[in-house]
Amino acid sequence: MSNKYKIEISDVNLHYGTFQALTDINLNIPERQVMSFIGPSGCGKSTLLKCLNRMNDLIENCKIEGQFLLDGQDMYRDIEVTSLRKRVGMVFQKSNLFPMSIYDNIAYGPRTHGIKKRSELDEIVETCLKQAAIWDECKDRLKKSALGMSGGQQQRLCIARALAVKPEVILMDEPTSALDPISTQKVEELCVELKRKYTIVIVTHNMQQAMRIADRTAFFLHGKIEEESTTDRIFNNPQNEKTQEYIGGQFG
Amino acid sequence: MKNAAETLSTPLPLAADRSRKPHFSVRTFREYFMQGVFLLSACISILCVAVICFYMFAKGCPAIAKIGVFEFLTGTDWFPTNTVASYGIFPMIVGSIYVTAGAIIIGVPTGLLTAVFLSKFCPKKLYKIVLPAVNLLAGIPSIVYGFFGLVVVVPIVRSLFGGNGNSIITASFILGIMILPTVIGMSESSLNAVPKEYYEGSLALGATHERSVMRVVFPAAKSGICAAIVLAVGRAVGETMAVVMIAGNQARLPDSLTDGVRTLTANIVLEMGYASGLHYDALLGTGVVLFVFILLLNVLLSVITRKSH
Repeated sequence: MSNKYKIEISDVNLHYGTFQALTDINLNIPERQVMSFIGPSGCGKSTLLKCLNRMNDLIENCKIEGQFLLDGQDMYRDIEVTSLRKRVGMVFQKSNLFPMSIYDNIAYGPRTHGIKKRSELDEIVETCLKQAAIWDECKDRLKKSALGMSGGQQQRLCIARALAVKPEVILMDEPTSALDPISTQKVEELCVELKRKYTIVIVTHNMQQAMRIADRTAFFLHGKIEEESTTDRIFNNPQNEKTQEYIGGQFG
Repeated sequence: MKNAAETLSTPLPLAADRSRKPHFSVRTFREYFMQGVFLLSACISILCVAVICFYMFAKGCPAIAKIGVFEFLTGTDWFPTNTVASYGIFPMIVGSIYVTAGAIIIGVPTGLLTAVFLSKFCPKKLYKIVLPAVNLLAGIPSIVYGFFGLVVVVPIVRSLFGGNGNSIITASFILGIMILPTVIGMSESSLNAVPKEYYEGSLALGATHERSVMRVVFPAAKSGICAAIVLAVGRAVGETMAVVMIAGNQARLPDSLTDGVRTLTANIVLEMGYASGLHYDALLGTGVVLFVFILLLNVLLSVITRKSH
């Protein structure tokens, strides 16, 4: 395990208008590991996740203080937002494949970043679909609409699409909350597989899921990180009383 | 027949349900009565369409048959008052097509870009000015468009392109403006209806706002946009008053864009006042052709909208 931190978050406070959604967040996310964010609804975990690729920019009245570093570079000052989002990809809660063919969906990202050569695109599409373990299911229907695939397949296609721009970090916002157990298992296996090359941050409501796939886990409550440690320690030997209660199913 | 019987029987089960109850109360009577009122209102519009259809074809078709379908549709000579009269409406069909095509070339790109701007780029303050302005455009009577064309556009076209100014270009331009509200309104609402997840998905891949809008959101709205265009074409084909004032109205095949042209609608409105006999019927036949045009457009429209579901 490398000790290098891919993302360093320090002293972050975030307000939506007058509502403070995040308070004094300090967190380091190690490279090539899976970091999971757990906590009850509305505790700020998705908000923090969205800060990591600046999707919060879209929300009016969202004010962010503090510092986010990606490989030591300030995400909000040193890196242009489009290249930040290229480096930090995102998979959303609900599949949001575009209403186009599977091929065009995967090729959209690379095309956006200037790759035009057909052979190169073909190769990227194939590699990414294989990486997302969905190549066999869709290799014969690349030209067909991506929306014809099942929910689980669509979500894996979303992951393939995110991989196509060669990101360094992949953010996942409850990627399996709308999926059946078998699809969920496939996505989870994929996460474990992908962490060899990518840093993964996943928000999940499913604590078993965090236990299964995450190396480290951060527990959020009321916009603060109550505890952050190895997943093993969070679930088996939590230091914080509230973590204990949450893990034990007493609220949330 | 079976379908009609089914439609008519809709209120009956309800009545049967009610009749099982011992008391036929005022309330159930009122519901039953109101149901009848709604059905009647629905029937009125259907009846209107049916009656219009029937009379158009009943009056127009015999004339077309008498003149000869081929002669009528492809004949290039329209001399209804000559001793040996000829009734060829081909120039008018061509005229309608030219003018409509011109309106599309001018109105559709402008309208679509305006819709994109309004939906995705417009600052809120400006939006509050532009949208009512566009809606106002829809409320202006067509005679006013015609007047504007006559006074402003005709002289400009005359000095820029030559000819006498009453021309295909002029009519296309004015019609292009007239279809703007239709194109803008429908396209904008279909752009707004595109799930914002698509847009976010594109941004999250590192695409700019512009690219996300043009490559993801716009294509996702294409069925609504196509519907808007078809509807706009319908408006352009059917427009009469403004066109009569500025298109020149010569019933002959135009040689250039600066030539005057007569549309199907103009043909009817110009001659209906004094026509009689076969001439009169030939004008009704012109109406039938126009009607068929509109019907085809509507079929196209329903195919497009059905496809999107």
